[in-house]
Amino acid sequence: MNLTLKIWRQKNASDKGKIVDYPMSDVSPDMSFLEMLDVLNQELIDKGEEPIAFDHDCREGICGMCSMYVNGRAHGPDSMITVCQLHMRSFNDGDTIFIEPWRATAFPVIKDLIVDRSAFDRIQHAGGFISVNTSGNTQDANAIPIEKENADKAFDAATCIGCGACVASCKNSSAMLFVSAKVSQFALLPQGQVEATDRVLNMVKQMDEEGFGNCTNTGACEVECPKGISLENIARMNREYLAASFKG
Amino acid sequence: MSGILNSSIGRKFAMALSALFLMFFILQHFAINILSVFSPDTFNEVSHFMGTNPLVQFALQPVLIFGVIFHFAMGFILEIKNNKARKVSYAKNSPSGNSTWMSRNMIWSGGFILVFLIIHFIDFWIPEINTKYIVGDMSGMHNGEFRYYEELVHKFVPIWRVALYCIGFVFLALHLLHGFDSAFQSVGANNKYTKGIKGLGKAYSILIPLGFIFIALYHHFNH
Repeated sequence: MNLTLKIWRQKNASDKGKIVDYPMSDVSPDMSFLEMLDVLNQELIDKGEEPIAFDHDCREGICGMCSMYVNGRAHGPDSMITVCQLHMRSFNDGDTIFIEPWRATAFPVIKDLIVDRSAFDRIQHAGGFISVNTSGNTQDANAIPIEKENADKAFDAATCIGCGACVASCKNSSAMLFVSAKVSQFALLPQGQVEATDRVLNMVKQMDEEGFGNCTNTGACEVECPKGISLENIARMNREYLAASFKG
Repeated sequence: MSGILNSSIGRKFAMALSALFLMFFILQHFAINILSVFSPDTFNEVSHFMGTNPLVQFALQPVLIFGVIFHFAMGFILEIKNNKARKVSYAKNSPSGNSTWMSRNMIWSGGFILVFLIIHFIDFWIPEINTKYIVGDMSGMHNGEFRYYEELVHKFVPIWRVALYCIGFVFLALHLLHGFDSAFQSVGANNKYTKGIKGLGKAYSILIPLGFIFIALYHHFNH
C-alpha cells in the first residue's frame, strides 16, 4: 500500500505546530497502525530527522496510552479498539491519513502526538478510590454478597482504561464518560458506597476545574470508547451528584 | 446544595428541567391551537380563559417567560464555555460517524427558534399585552363576538407568516429530536424505560411541530 500521512508535528508545548506530509510506500496491510509509524520513524531516524513522538505501551488495547485522532475519529475508523489494535487493512492503497493528537484545553500537547492527560490523574486523586483498612483485619471481598447485575455493571465501568477518547471525540471536550465510569464502578458496590457522596462531589469539582466542557449528550463518547463504556454511567453520575448536592 | 449551578452537572440538570417545562408548555399550546381547527367556539372560550385568568396571567406566564429566557441564556453560556474547552480544532474531523447532526447543532436550531420566538412575541404577545393591560380591554370581544379565532385566522392569511411558522417548527423538530431524550438523560433517567422514552421523544418531536404546521396551513388555505 502507498499512503500519504498528514501528521501533526509540534516541537514542544509552546510551539505552534503544523501538519506535515509524509509519503509512505510498501506498507503491509497486516501491519498494525503503530508498527507503520515505527517504520516511518526508522526512516526519519535514518535520514537524520526527528522521529514522531507518540504515546504507546502495551500495544494490546489494555493500557490506554495510545491516543491519536486518525482520519477524524478517536482511535481511527474501527469501533471498540485502541490505535494499537488498528491495522493497515482498514485503509486503502492511495489513502491520505490525518493523524492528530487529542484536542482539548485540558489535554495540552506536550510534543507531536503526545498530550498531557494528568488531568485524569488529578480527577482520580480527588475521589476515584476507596479507603480500605489494611491493618490486617480487612474483610474478604468475596464474603460480601453483591447482586449479579450490579457486579456486572461495576465491572463494565471498571474496564475504562482512561485513554481520553471520550474527551477527544466529544464536541465539548467533556470528560463525563470517564468520570462517570470511575464514579459508577464504586457506586455500584457496597465497598464504594461509604464514600459515595464525597467521591462524586469531589471528582466532578476537579473535572470542572480542569477545564473540560459540559456534556450535551451527543453520545459520541460512547460510540468512540474502545471499551464500550455506556452513557448509562453518565446518567448514574448525574443522579449520584444531584442526590449528593441536595444531601450536602 | 449551594452553588449547584456552578457545576457542569448542575447546569445540565437546570437546562433539562427548563427543557421539560418548555416541552410541557408546547404540548398545551398545541392542544389549545388545534381546537381552532375543530371548534372555533371552544378555541375562543379556552383562549379567553387563558388570556384573562389571573393564575395563568400572573403566576404561570412569568414562570414561562423565566423558563424561556433561562433556557436560551444557559444554552448560550454553555456554548461559550464548551468552545473554551477546545481552542484548537482538528484538521480533519468526522463527527457524523459518532453522533447525529441534531445533537451537534443544538445551538443553531435553538438560535433559529429564538429568532422565531422574538418575531412571535412582537407579532402576537406584545399586541395582546397592549390590548389587555395598556388599553385595558379584558373583554376579549370585537364587534360583539370573541376576537381570538378571527385574529388567529387573520394572522395566517399572509404567506410570509405561514412560511415563517413552517420554518420555525422545522427547527423546533430538529431541536427536539435530540433535546427530548437528552433532557431525560440529564436528569439521570437512563434505564429500562429509555427505549420507550426515545420512541416517545421521536413521536413528540415530529408530530407536535407537524401539528403546528398543519394548523397554519389549514387556516391559510381555508380562508
